[in-house]
This record gives sequence, structure tokens and C-alpha cells, in this order.
Amino acid sequence: MSNEDIKTIISELLPNASFEEGGEWLNIGIEAADWKDAAQKLRNCETFPFNFLFCLTCVDWKTHFTMVYHLRSTTTLDNIVVKVKLDREKPEILTVSDIWRGAELFEREVYDLFGVIFLEHPDLRRLLLTDDWVGYPLRKDYEDPINMIKL
Amino acid sequence: MVEEIGKTAEGDLIINVGPQHPATHGVLHLVITLNGETIKKVEPHLGYIHRSIEKMCESLTYRQFIYTTSRMDYLSAHINNHACALTVEKGLGVEIPARAQVIRVLMDELTRIASHELWWGAMAMDLGAFTPFFYAFRERETINDIMEETCGARLTMNYMVPGGVMIDLHPNFQTRVKNFLKLYKQKIHEYDEVVTGNIIFQNRMKGVGYLSKEAAISYGVTGPAARGSGVSCDVRKLYPYEIYNQLDFQEVLETEGDSFARYMVRLREMNESIKIIEQLIDNIPEGDFQAKTKAVLKLPKGEFYQRVETARGELGVYIVSEGGTTPYRIKFRSPGFSNLSCLDHITRGGKIGDLIASMGTLDLVIPDIDR
Amino acid sequence: MSSTENTLINEFPGQIQEVPGGGIVLSKIDDLVNWARSNSLWPLTFATSCCGIEYMQVAGPKYDFSRFGFEVARATPRQADVIIIAGTIVNKMAPVLKRLYDQMADPKYVIAMGACAISGGPFFYNTYSVVKGADHIIPVDVYIPGCPPRPEALIHALITLQDKIKMGMTREQMKQGL
Repeated sequence: MSNEDIKTIISELLPNASFEEGGEWLNIGIEAADWKDAAQKLRNCETFPFNFLFCLTCVDWKTHFTMVYHLRSTTTLDNIVVKVKLDREKPEILTVSDIWRGAELFEREVYDLFGVIFLEHPDLRRLLLTDDWVGYPLRKDYEDPINMIKL
Repeated sequence: MVEEIGKTAEGDLIINVGPQHPATHGVLHLVITLNGETIKKVEPHLGYIHRSIEKMCESLTYRQFIYTTSRMDYLSAHINNHACALTVEKGLGVEIPARAQVIRVLMDELTRIASHELWWGAMAMDLGAFTPFFYAFRERETINDIMEETCGARLTMNYMVPGGVMIDLHPNFQTRVKNFLKLYKQKIHEYDEVVTGNIIFQNRMKGVGYLSKEAAISYGVTGPAARGSGVSCDVRKLYPYEIYNQLDFQEVLETEGDSFARYMVRLREMNESIKIIEQLIDNIPEGDFQAKTKAVLKLPKGEFYQRVETARGELGVYIVSEGGTTPYRIKFRSPGFSNLSCLDHITRGGKIGDLIASMGTLDLVIPDIDR
Repeated sequence: MSSTENTLINEFPGQIQEVPGGGIVLSKIDDLVNWARSNSLWPLTFATSCCGIEYMQVAGPKYDFSRFGFEVARATPRQADVIIIAGTIVNKMAPVLKRLYDQMADPKYVIAMGACAISGGPFFYNTYSVVKGADHIIPVDVYIPGCPPRPEALIHALITLQDKIKMGMTREQMKQGL
């Protein structure tokens, strides 16, 4: 199904969504407050249930964070990208680990490296770094004068 | 290494498996809660090989960051490099010559066979047998010699570059691969005799570690672990790249969902890879082995995602570019990370021996998970 | 005693005198003990990343290290003599490595295999979590360069370690004043 058809169906399903142009797949922008409902609707959609979350990550644009979710439907083989903007001072978003079970470890990794708090997550702890690490390394303003060389 | 032994109120025992353990998967630390010998909960602790590759790649150029991925999942090193090269080429919009495409697919399939050989040997060693280890390494050495003659290295070969491959094939390549195919066909029946038909292995793997189809999709499991539960997820068939849509091979699916099904999927995948190599080895087209690209690569502003099928599952490379010579953010969606997240689900209620068998058939490589 | 000739090192350390009824062996106890120790070193199975695969290839059928006496690779440090650090050491793994080294019984030897264990290797610049060399944590006897080193290089290092033990030059032996 082409990006245009997906766009018409999604804009009926999620009236508050914005769409970005360019890119290989359809990019949908959603507010942080509407994310959980939108995720549930995308998962249970009739025409293409997006039941496979294959990538969950975060990008630090120095003024704000953007959470990026890549979704795929195993029945119709369509791919979409959902982006949620977060405030840099207080990055919080609801978890989706009850909708897609694989998101649990992905969200722990994003919390560990970026500091984004996932509300209602069953077990939010550091995953890859030691428990007493201070700071969030993948942020752009992470200072480490011993190891990092600024080019 | 048994570190802290503690008991909870109900008489449960909490023990550690790893991080240094003889099942040679790498450094995985599992904290398991036992009641007698029955497992109640398995919790993986990661990070013992977290080398901060994603942060490091933000300061490397587009030609330089490819070497780090061959150290991530070192058993399918060519396929990892292939994914990075394809993503950069997608951004640049460059067309790859036919000869380079065929060489890349040949190297990928040889790597897949080598990876499955090592998996077979190491898994049989986990379950207690020592002979399959030597059989597997005998074949793997032949493939390593082929790779060394053409690419220059045995394990971490940086052969794929954006635009094609780094150097042309060695003149002996075709004869060596044909000899390998002959040798492999003579020896493959030994694998079935020694392990697959063995009553002890069958009892240890059948009915153990059941993963249902819905659970596999929900946890995001890909690769042979998902194909053993009936999920059709082979990237070479669903979203073909390079020349895979012109080749004739089957996607191997089993419906049982237990460890034995995952085991049979991998054995049959080795035969499918042999079929692909046979179709290509006599028909390598002439021409350039590398497309012309600039010396300093700059990707345009935007985001690019490319997925390939490694020996473990679907690897995705996601590059966010701001127009400079280095990427702004790279994310590697590694197959082992999602495969590991279903370990707790499939081992509850089993015994410790079942945990080892399930972990063996999931085929985890820990540097791939920790990055 | 040059390292290229090695006539003293490769032979049995001592003189054998034939007398009627058998033979008499004249030697130093230290030389005999060193000779016996060097020919039966049992490694610990410790592999963190890619160099571990080359280590397994050395244990495989083509490059076989059990012909040098490294037959049994033990999983528990209490029964091992030499630890071959194959792979990168990161901040989270460093206390584990120190604890394994402390659990090994004397005399113990350490080999640092690969560029990552020598100095951090390809992960030297701009990484926040890699220990730049395993010798920040435990004392090392033999260093093997390479990424990953060839199996022949690892076998050369094992033979070098054996020579070091026979000459009495490892850190363990120097510490004890032998």
C-alpha cells in the first residue's frame, strides 16, 4: 500500500496527527499526551494492525528530544515511523510495554542513555551502565573531559 | 561463578549464572530465581561489554564507522558491514555495479554458513558433547581460508565499502568455493548422525522453551528463532535488497515453536545458503567492483533506515544526518536485543538444563546486544 | 642463552649420568619445577568478545593447543593456571576480572590477547566506558598484538610464556624472589 493510502486511513484514525514529507516511509508526528491512545489504535487498526515494533530510539536535537518508533504490520508488510516530541527539561512519556512486549528492554536502554522517564513502566532501571553512573552519556551536552575529545 | 546466594521468604534461591561462563556466548549475567530446580524468574543483566559504539560513531566519518560494526556481531561480520554500506548508499543515491552485488551476496551466504557452523558446535558443547565442536571447526576453517585469501582477514574483514567492495576477488576464489561445496556435501550427513538423530539431544530439545507465534511478534523476535514458531520474517524475501529477488531459495519455517524446531530451521538454512552459492558461483558478471564515489562522503539532511538479514535475525541501521561528514545519531537495531527479551517468557517453569538448551537455540552473541 | 638457539630451554634441565643399574639425574629443584609447570598450563575460559572466537579456533582441530599441554580449559578459576584475556574490558567488567584473578591459585600467569586488552584498541577515542588496557587492573606477562591476532600468534605467545617460566622471568616468579 502506498504512503498516500496509509496517510488517508491514518488521518481518519488519529485526527490530531501531523505528517512530515520526504523520507522513505510515512512519518507521523503525535503529541506526547495523546501517544498511548494513538498506539492502542494503531495496534488494533482493522486494515493493517501494526503489531511489530522493530525499533525504538531517541534523538537529541539540542532544544528538545524526539522519540522515534518504527512500526510494521506482519499481515500487509507496511512500515510507518511515529515521532513524539519531548521537552528537554522534563522528558516524560507513557510506556508502551503493555502493547508491544519487546518495548520493555528498549525503553530501559533509552532511560539509561538519555534520561527519558517512562511512566508506568514495570521495571525502570539502568541497563547497560553501572548502577552508580552519573549522567546520561548519549545526550549532546554530556561532559567527560578524560575520555571524550571534542573535534 | 556463584556470587551472592540469597533466599527469599518462600524458600526460593537466587543465584547468578555468569558473567564468566563456559557456555562461550560472551558475557551474559543472568540472575535466576529457583524453587528447588524449577525456574521462577530469569533476569538478564547486560552491559559487561558495552563499548559505547553509538557515541563513538558520531565522531567517525561515513567511511570510518563501518569497522565498528564488524566487531558488534563478529560471527556475521560481512553482513553487518553490508548493512552499513547499504544505508550510506541509500543516502547518497549511488548505483552499485552488478559484479559488486554478486560478490556481496556470495560473501554474505558464506558468512551465514560459517556462523551457523559455530552455533552448532557451541550449542552441542553446551549440552555436553565435545565431538561436534571439532566437526564444526573443521568446516569453518575452510571458509576462513577462503575469506583470508580475498579479504585479508579471517574474522573482522572490512571488505564492504559504500559503493561496492574494497578489492576484486582473488583468482582462486571460484575453485576454492567449489571445493568447499564438494566437501560440505560429503560431510553434512555426519551432522545429522551425530546430533540430530541422537536420542539424548532430542529429549533435551523437544518440548523445551516453547515460544508461541503471537508472543514472538509481540516481543519483536526475528530470525531463525521466530521462524521456528511460524513467523515469516526473512528480510531477504519480504523486503529484498541487492539481487535476492532474482534468486531461487526457500524461507524455512517450522510451526512447533520449541528448541528442536529452531534447531532444524538453522540446519535447513545452511542448505538453502548452499543453493544460493551454487546458483551464483558460475555466473559472476564482469565489470567494476566499486562505483565511483567522492573521497569525502557527505549525506544529505534526513533519516535513512536499512535492514538486512544476519545469521541471527534482522539488523537495522538508522542514520540521522544533518548534512555533515559525520552522522548526527546512529542507532543499530540489533537482533540479539529483541531475542533476549523473550528469554524470561520461554524458560519459566523449566529446569536449569532447559535454560541452557533454550539459550543455545536462541543463538545470542552478547556484544551484539550491548553494542 | 639466546632466544634463537634455545638449546638449554628445549631440553630436560639437568644432566643424566648412566651408571650400571639405572641412571642418576643432576639438576636444580627450581629448574625441574619450572620445567614441569610450563608444560602443563591450564587456561581459564575467559572470552569477552571477538578475540574469543580466535581463541576457540586455537582450541579447534587445525591449530591445536593441547599439544603444548593446554589440554583442559577449566571454567572455574580455582583450577586454572593462566588467564588469557581475550576481548575488551569495560568499566562494568573490571571488578569481575579482578575477582577472577584473585580467586586463582598461585602460581598464576596472565596473557593479554588482542589490541583491546593491550590498550583499548579500536575503542580508544571517544568511548566513555572502556578500560584502556587490561594492565590497569591486573599485571600482565605476555602481550599479543592484532585485531584479532592470528591463531599462530596466540600459539607463539603461549610458547613465549613457557620460555619465560623456564627462565624464571614471569612477574610471579620475580615477586617471590626466584
